[in-house]
Amino acid sequence: MNRRDILRRSAAAGLLATPAAGLLSGCATSGGGDKNDAETYQGTKSAQNPLGVKEDAPLEVVIFGGGFGEEYAKAHEAMYTEKYPKAKIKHSSTQEISKTLQPRFVDGTPPDVVNNSGTGQIDFNGLVSQNALAGLDDLLAAPSLDIPGKTVKDTLLPGAVEVGSYDGTFLVLNYTYTAYGIWHSAKLFADRGWSYAKTWDEHIALCKQIKAAGIAPWTYAGLHPRYMSWPLISTAIKFGGPSVALALDNLEPNAWKSDSMRAAADAWHQIVKDKYILEGSPGLDHKQSQTAWCQGKAAFISCGSWLESEQKDVTPAGFNMAIAPTPSLGSGDKLPFEAIRGTAGEPFMVPAKARNVAGGLEYFRTMLSKKGAQDFTKKVASLTVVAGATEGVELPYGLSTVVKALDASGANGFNWVYNNFYRKLERNLVDAACGEFFSGRIGPAEFLEQCQKGADSIAQDSSIKKYKRAA
Amino acid sequence: MKHGKWPLIVTFLVPPVLLYVFFVVSPYLQAFQISTTDWLGYSADANSVGLANFKTLWHDDYVWNALKNNAILLGLVPVLTIVLGLFFATMLAMGGRKGSAGVTGVRGGALYRTVYFFPQVLSVVIIALLWKEVYHPNKGLLTTALHGLGLPAPTWLGDPATAFWCVLAVMVWSNVGFYVVLFGAAMSAVPKEIYEAVLLDGASRFTTLRRVTLPLLWDTVQVAWVYLAIFALDGFILVQLMTNGGPNFSTDVIGVRMYDTAFGSETKFGYASAIGVVMFFLTLSVAVLSLRVGRRERIEYS
Repeated sequence: MNRRDILRRSAAAGLLATPAAGLLSGCATSGGGDKNDAETYQGTKSAQNPLGVKEDAPLEVVIFGGGFGEEYAKAHEAMYTEKYPKAKIKHSSTQEISKTLQPRFVDGTPPDVVNNSGTGQIDFNGLVSQNALAGLDDLLAAPSLDIPGKTVKDTLLPGAVEVGSYDGTFLVLNYTYTAYGIWHSAKLFADRGWSYAKTWDEHIALCKQIKAAGIAPWTYAGLHPRYMSWPLISTAIKFGGPSVALALDNLEPNAWKSDSMRAAADAWHQIVKDKYILEGSPGLDHKQSQTAWCQGKAAFISCGSWLESEQKDVTPAGFNMAIAPTPSLGSGDKLPFEAIRGTAGEPFMVPAKARNVAGGLEYFRTMLSKKGAQDFTKKVASLTVVAGATEGVELPYGLSTVVKALDASGANGFNWVYNNFYRKLERNLVDAACGEFFSGRIGPAEFLEQCQKGADSIAQDSSIKKYKRAA
Repeated sequence: MKHGKWPLIVTFLVPPVLLYVFFVVSPYLQAFQISTTDWLGYSADANSVGLANFKTLWHDDYVWNALKNNAILLGLVPVLTIVLGLFFATMLAMGGRKGSAGVTGVRGGALYRTVYFFPQVLSVVIIALLWKEVYHPNKGLLTTALHGLGLPAPTWLGDPATAFWCVLAVMVWSNVGFYVVLFGAAMSAVPKEIYEAVLLDGASRFTTLRRVTLPLLWDTVQVAWVYLAIFALDGFILVQLMTNGGPNFSTDVIGVRMYDTAFGSETKFGYASAIGVVMFFLTLSVAVLSLRVGRRERIEYS
């Protein structure tokens, strides 16, 4: 967190902290409204310009200043202006997307491209239900910028469109391709002669061995315990098949208390019971726990594939972090051990009321070009949703294990999206339940009960729009 | 000069009043209006839903949980802060009794006064981050100290049993310094002769504090009470930065609930405004009540 950010945050917090909290709504509904008079930019569509970009129209891009930084976006913007030299691009970067942009959405003057990410992310359920986002179907149908003979849609990895779709309409471009798994240091394991366990029983045996060697087998982000819901749900899906995930996403009754979820929760309870978790973990945040892991205080940690770039500054040389799928519960698992959760992440969107919607879509087309994607992977060591864009790019160790894991997983890969549909369910409710469960204050049955209660509260809340996903 | 009064008053008063009305009063009023809508915050569409938000609020367990925490804060933060503040201020003003008639503070009083004031100089954000490190469960100051003594340490902010009290302690810590200075200033206005008389009568320090100092400082204590009560109903910044209401909602306060409803996990601005309106009335009632209850006769030194 830099100083400016702290200042800004304290200013915002100070504002909100006044006892008469009415200030919260200082930007009222009445002030804005549809500005029909506002000019929108639209050029003529042609083979060269399939999206109808007006070549001199300005484009405003707002980037989330998180783990990926903003340099990659500046490179994409340079590629855009290379094609449209007359276009002026206004670039900004913030960590507080919702606080910064909320008034502009209400006012009807949002930016053209928004990287809606981070803890200050705007809840997608709210945006979608208010029709605040432009549809991206034109983008999918447009030809790729530099992969001949293919439309943009053809160049994307499987699942990329589904993740950003709400009731079948593609609204959100998730740019990175993220794998979620269990991480360990290949060096540590090689030094000690350990090998990653493929079944749960072996995993527990390995934990015992690790603990005997004086290292905590596990640590996790105790202040954001939802990180631990990922391997737990993955275990359940591998045990019971993708229908487990579908039930969670569609808020089916008692989805959290299915046999598969129960089996997974019972299994994971073992690492709590046997005290295989680094002492004090419940009080660590994600950075602190990841750092403890990098320092060799713990052997395993659950995270997505952004871990390597997030930990760049504190990872010792030769640490060789490697991702692996969750262990199988047994031979009865519906999915093989190699199956891993892979999904498109890092959401980008074009607001429906943006003045330069065509430009926003064209900017996405630039990002999704082979050149744009390769540049991104080189700059931030992360995969994109563009298939084959890593060809010829030298990947850091951790990312190369991610590529291998995704290849091995192939068609067995799985995902869930309830966290996109109902942000509150994962961020607040499942999160709190995970905190209780992994600190040992509640058992598996109460854990699932608490998650189910959270899901039910969302299902019963008529003010939250519900989405359904097909298998 | 009488005929020139109005232009002067108008020139000096109208601009600030206008600014106040525009930037403070009108948002308050708007919040009342928004609290009766289902506004989701990212479009200009909002339907009036009457008092439905307040009805939901009444049955919202998370809001009640947050209010319960605020109530505990309201019960403890002002008392602890004022007691500690009075104690330190008394010690600084008349803690050291040397000889038979000297009323002086403890040695090094000026230094203490400065040190106590330190937290007041720091931004609340810095205080929150500082204490987050102090409460670090593996290498924080507290854990290290306890381990050094061979004692087990809790996980502080990571355990619902301790997290709330950890935050409460920081609230008291960060406030005490200001009230030490405030009470100290009030005490220095009390004529020394009174204390010397009390001393001659042989009163103990505690009796002096209870029978003499406190009644004479009552006005100041009352002001402190109102400030601290308002602070206790808020507590937003510290909680949001230290725990964000967790673990398992154990440190949640009403301000965090409101923020989370609008900017955090949801975008329900209408509902968040309803929470804000409730907060407004709660704060107002607490302030009025504490002023009423604390009303006593004024003492004038002549």
